[in-house]
Amino acid sequence: MRKHFPLRGGLLQRTQAWVRAVDGVSLDVYPTETLGIVGESGCGKSTLARLLLRLIEPDAGRLTFGGEDVREASPPRMKRLRRDMQLVFQDPYASLNPRLTMEDAVAFNLLVHGTPRGEARERARALLGRVGLDPRLYGRRYAHELSGGQRQRVNIARALLLDPKLLVLDEPVSALDKSVQAQVLNLLQDLKEERALTYVFISHDLNVIEYVSSRVLVMYLGEVVEAGTAAALAQSPKHPYTQALFASAPSLDPDRRLDRPPIAGDPPNAIDPPSGCRFRTRCAFAMPRCADAPPPLRPVGTAHEVACYLYEADAAEVAGRR
Amino acid sequence: MAVVTALPHELDPVAGAPRSYWRTVAWRLAHDRTTLAAGTVLTLIVLSAVLAPWLAPYDPNAGSIRLRLAPVGAPAHLLGTDEQGRDMLSRLLWGGRMTLVAALTPVVVGFVLGTGLGVLAGYVGGLANTLVMRTMDIFYAFPAVLLAIAISGALGPGLTNTVISLSIVFVPRVVRVAESATVQVKGLEYIAAARASGAGVGPIMRHHLLANVLGPILVFASTQVSLSIILAAGLSFLGLGVTPPAAEWGLMLNTLRQSIYVNAVVPALPGLAIFVTSMAFNLLSDGLRDAMEIRG
Repeated sequence: MRKHFPLRGGLLQRTQAWVRAVDGVSLDVYPTETLGIVGESGCGKSTLARLLLRLIEPDAGRLTFGGEDVREASPPRMKRLRRDMQLVFQDPYASLNPRLTMEDAVAFNLLVHGTPRGEARERARALLGRVGLDPRLYGRRYAHELSGGQRQRVNIARALLLDPKLLVLDEPVSALDKSVQAQVLNLLQDLKEERALTYVFISHDLNVIEYVSSRVLVMYLGEVVEAGTAAALAQSPKHPYTQALFASAPSLDPDRRLDRPPIAGDPPNAIDPPSGCRFRTRCAFAMPRCADAPPPLRPVGTAHEVACYLYEADAAEVAGRR
Repeated sequence: MAVVTALPHELDPVAGAPRSYWRTVAWRLAHDRTTLAAGTVLTLIVLSAVLAPWLAPYDPNAGSIRLRLAPVGAPAHLLGTDEQGRDMLSRLLWGGRMTLVAALTPVVVGFVLGTGLGVLAGYVGGLANTLVMRTMDIFYAFPAVLLAIAISGALGPGLTNTVISLSIVFVPRVVRVAESATVQVKGLEYIAAARASGAGVGPIMRHHLLANVLGPILVFASTQVSLSIILAAGLSFLGLGVTPPAAEWGLMLNTLRQSIYVNAVVPALPGLAIFVTSMAFNLLSDGLRDAMEIRG
């Protein structure tokens, strides 16, 4: 099986202005890998997640899953495809229907696909047990009777019920306490190995991303600024934005701590992004040419790409070797 | 208002399976004294209205000139007689029938039509939303009383026309509440999760949207009943609602108006009936709102 996601999502529509939530992002997800996507709030991570699952329609771009064009899929075919790709949401409170018991909330996904109620419930209960919630205790509970971590386990169970191949995790642990985060992350890792799942893991927390991902995509204002293996990025982050992200991640090592924040201010408005490189307004190394044209994403090492003019020499060298 | 009492399973987190949502609501209602009292009063009022033909000691429209404005407690007339000598108890019982029909029907119509239109506008959005909501805004531009009077005036008096005009008053109000509740719920992630699992509009509506939207709309509609009672009685009082000689509380208030100098108690009785009924509906809807709240 081959999974391939070249995606050019673009231009989320608004009546008056255009919010460029996701602009020209291309990505491939390979089977059983974990692709991490990291970036600040508002950089288009969640939009990208919804585009990947075709919960919102991109204005332009292609989306293929196992060689099949997802955007061209007929409604019945789409319904079948949805079983293979599921989403775990960020907010454990808004993502569960307050009027359904946990077993019904999970079982709903199977009912949609025509499984009889009894069987759907049975499988939902089994899955609740697998994610660490005793179905005898929690199966008949309502969402407001559960803690944030427990709700997120229910969300994971719901996403897994249809036996998906791909799981898009949109900030699955951001709303949780640190101790609970670790539990849920470990659960996700176990499930991935057990079921040979493929993850797209979205987070703003670099520590989490580094822990779970094999490859990482760094997003800034709807664009990918750097991509590479988790190890490559951690050892030598290239893009000034990636460097700033690493510098701002809390560290136990006193030598890595900074007195000043590595980048100041908020990201510019996605309705009217800066010309050229979108990061130039906050970049310490900005050059005049950064305003002219956006730097393309170019390889600077094995499985390491960066969109920055500072690395043109490196990029030329890599290109020359080929 | 309601006394918040912990449910058994809330006290003991490991106790067996918790109750279903509606059983929880019923349990809370059963333990809320104010709401229980209001409910009891309302049940009695509704029963007395339904059973009026059997309960009323006299024909509500047959009077005797010699017995005009008998005081409360007069022999053979427990609540006295009105300005035409008709038995007040009989007229109040029959009047309750009329008032409740004239007041409850528009709220039920408003609830059904308003929920349909509001959920449609909220879920579909876009042009459908604009069309529905701006049309409702036109009706919303007039105060409820003025709108009811204007429509009733145009249609002419009578029970059917009262119901029509009050329905037109209540539909836009319910649409607004239904639309905003729908828009709010539609944006929540569990709806997106249902879509991501391949669910169509039907199952999403039934299991996720309506289940979470109907409660607030129902509570809102129940608050409108007392307003509807007052509007219905008000229309009759103004001569735009139920026509004489039929008994209706607002109409009775009007015809007895001038007798207040002869006997102050008897003319106040229909007013008291209106007050008690609308108050009971208000208290009941308060209790309903508290009981249906989802507590974390």
